[in-house]
Amino acid sequence: MNMEKNYTPQKTDFEFISGRNIDVDTNFASQGYWRGVAVHFFRNKFAVTGLILVCAIMIFAICAPLVSPYSYQEIISITGENGKEIVAKSLPPQFAGENQNLFADKTFIFGTDDMGRDLWTRTWQGARVSLIIAFVAIFIDMLIGMSYGLISGFFGGNIDNVMQRFIEIAGSIPTLVIISILAIFMDKGIGLVIASLLITEWIGMSKIARAECLKLKEREYVLASRTLGAGSFHIIFKQILPNTIGPIITQVMFSIPVAIFTEAFLSFVGVGIVLPQCSIGSLIEAGFNNITILPYQILPPICVLAILMLGFNLIGDGLREALAPKLEDM
Amino acid sequence: MTKYIAKRLIMSILTLFAIIFVLFVLIRIMPGNPFPVERMSAEMILQKRLELGLDKPILVQFADYMSMLMHGSFGNGTSLYNGAPIKPIMLKCLENSFKIGVLSILFGTLVGLVIGIVAALNRGKFLDGLCTIISILGVCIPSYVFMIFLQYFFSYKIPLFPYFFDPSKFLSSAVMPALSLSLFAISTVARFTRNEMVEVINSDYVKLAEAKGLYGFQLIRRHVLRNALIPIVTVIAPLVVDLLTGAMVIEKIYGINGVGKLMVDAIAGQGVDYNYVLALGIVFSSLYIGVMLLLDILYGIIDPRIRLAAKDG
Repeated sequence: MNMEKNYTPQKTDFEFISGRNIDVDTNFASQGYWRGVAVHFFRNKFAVTGLILVCAIMIFAICAPLVSPYSYQEIISITGENGKEIVAKSLPPQFAGENQNLFADKTFIFGTDDMGRDLWTRTWQGARVSLIIAFVAIFIDMLIGMSYGLISGFFGGNIDNVMQRFIEIAGSIPTLVIISILAIFMDKGIGLVIASLLITEWIGMSKIARAECLKLKEREYVLASRTLGAGSFHIIFKQILPNTIGPIITQVMFSIPVAIFTEAFLSFVGVGIVLPQCSIGSLIEAGFNNITILPYQILPPICVLAILMLGFNLIGDGLREALAPKLEDM
Repeated sequence: MTKYIAKRLIMSILTLFAIIFVLFVLIRIMPGNPFPVERMSAEMILQKRLELGLDKPILVQFADYMSMLMHGSFGNGTSLYNGAPIKPIMLKCLENSFKIGVLSILFGTLVGLVIGIVAALNRGKFLDGLCTIISILGVCIPSYVFMIFLQYFFSYKIPLFPYFFDPSKFLSSAVMPALSLSLFAISTVARFTRNEMVEVINSDYVKLAEAKGLYGFQLIRRHVLRNALIPIVTVIAPLVVDLLTGAMVIEKIYGINGVGKLMVDAIAGQGVDYNYVLALGIVFSSLYIGVMLLLDILYGIIDPRIRLAAKDG
């Protein structure tokens, strides 16, 4: 509105356009859909912050265990004067050459835990495990939920009815109950965490896919495709699916922190990752057990967890806004 | 309205029945047996199985269990060290969890509403930013982490509250768990309230009311809040579920004898206690479905459009 008022006509406005761009209306030049989304996304300060945070954590999670002089399950020890082994148990954070203790030449950025393992390496190894679990579980969830939702929405009628009743029942079983049943059937460990994520998280995904599909299947291009003789599955997966990808990716971004949280929660309770493997949750649990004596141990995993949750939530928010920009933001 | 409620009620009962059936069958067809092999001979196990009726066909077992459930009993625990009737233990645990849960939901919703309203009225200003930060914190810090910090600082460093839950001093020991459980509720409700309020404030009928000369509290109460609050009812249902999950860890940390701790003990302790898992599964599911049903009915009362849509569809 203001722009129109303040706009002062320029001389060039009244001249004929000549040259190469003669057939392009520069005022309403078409912009690719994904380009528009990207522009909106990167203009959003919060979303970019989230992206940077998540990328930083991912880089650390990938590189730190590789570069670190210790492995995540290695118990650091030196041989003392009388041939006895001395383990670097529960050392506070230190840099090489800073202290005068027995391990003065070693750097422990986050200190060591009560078994004598380097917490810096363990924290990033844990972040890596948590991220892998989240990505794998949510990716499979996406595939299942998307197919289920699209098929249910596309065929409609009785198929839709049956499939939706099933979801209604499956969705009204609390996650905790599902996890407890799984804990009976399976051994503790990564498998249990991924399985419980697989069973619980696809429902939200399928609801979104179904809603999108209901909207899209009435569109002309679907009709055109059908007229040309395309089969249902071609239409669902080749025509409709690419157009539902935006909302689904947004949902994925919101599901990943849920997955990370679930993993942390399960490992904390004691049915998740088992030693000597580590994850964010098991590190928090270990830190919690020693909190009164060694309070610094719990901070790194908690910070990584909080940053990951924050980062993914910010990215999700940014994506949602970028995919469906409100008129005022344009 | 009656038809709508009846329809929802029947649907919920059917769902609950289906869930109980699935839980029961899953637990019964499980590989392995519920008794510690190293401490019991084959004959003892056989006898115990006869005693518990595990040799009957599964449908008969289910019918027996349902009739027991109808009489308000969950049977006995399976394990040797805890073979006592489940019901009294469950009731005691439910009471503790329920008190803390209700406290935190009430506190969380109230504080969340206030923060959301304040933020919406001051949108774009400092208070709004503060509200955003609080709601982001609530989303990205799990409740049990908050609980660990509270416990460390306010019971260990400064002994303000008891370090572990103490039923004899209920109020002072319920403060920290209720506070940490309500964190997520506060952030969700605050965020939702703010967005809804801003939308309503910008709507035409509020502008009309302002043009008529209504202002301040009157305007907010009569025109903005009434319409903004309807969708907020929907976020409370998921909150109850999150509460169950959060309570599980918090009860473990703080040593509260609640259903969450019971569940942790049943699945992560020495050997899984099948009957406890089944009983807790039934309790959790019925709680969840009950809350959903209640909120659906409430939603239908507040917003007539919902039940009209249900009538058509």
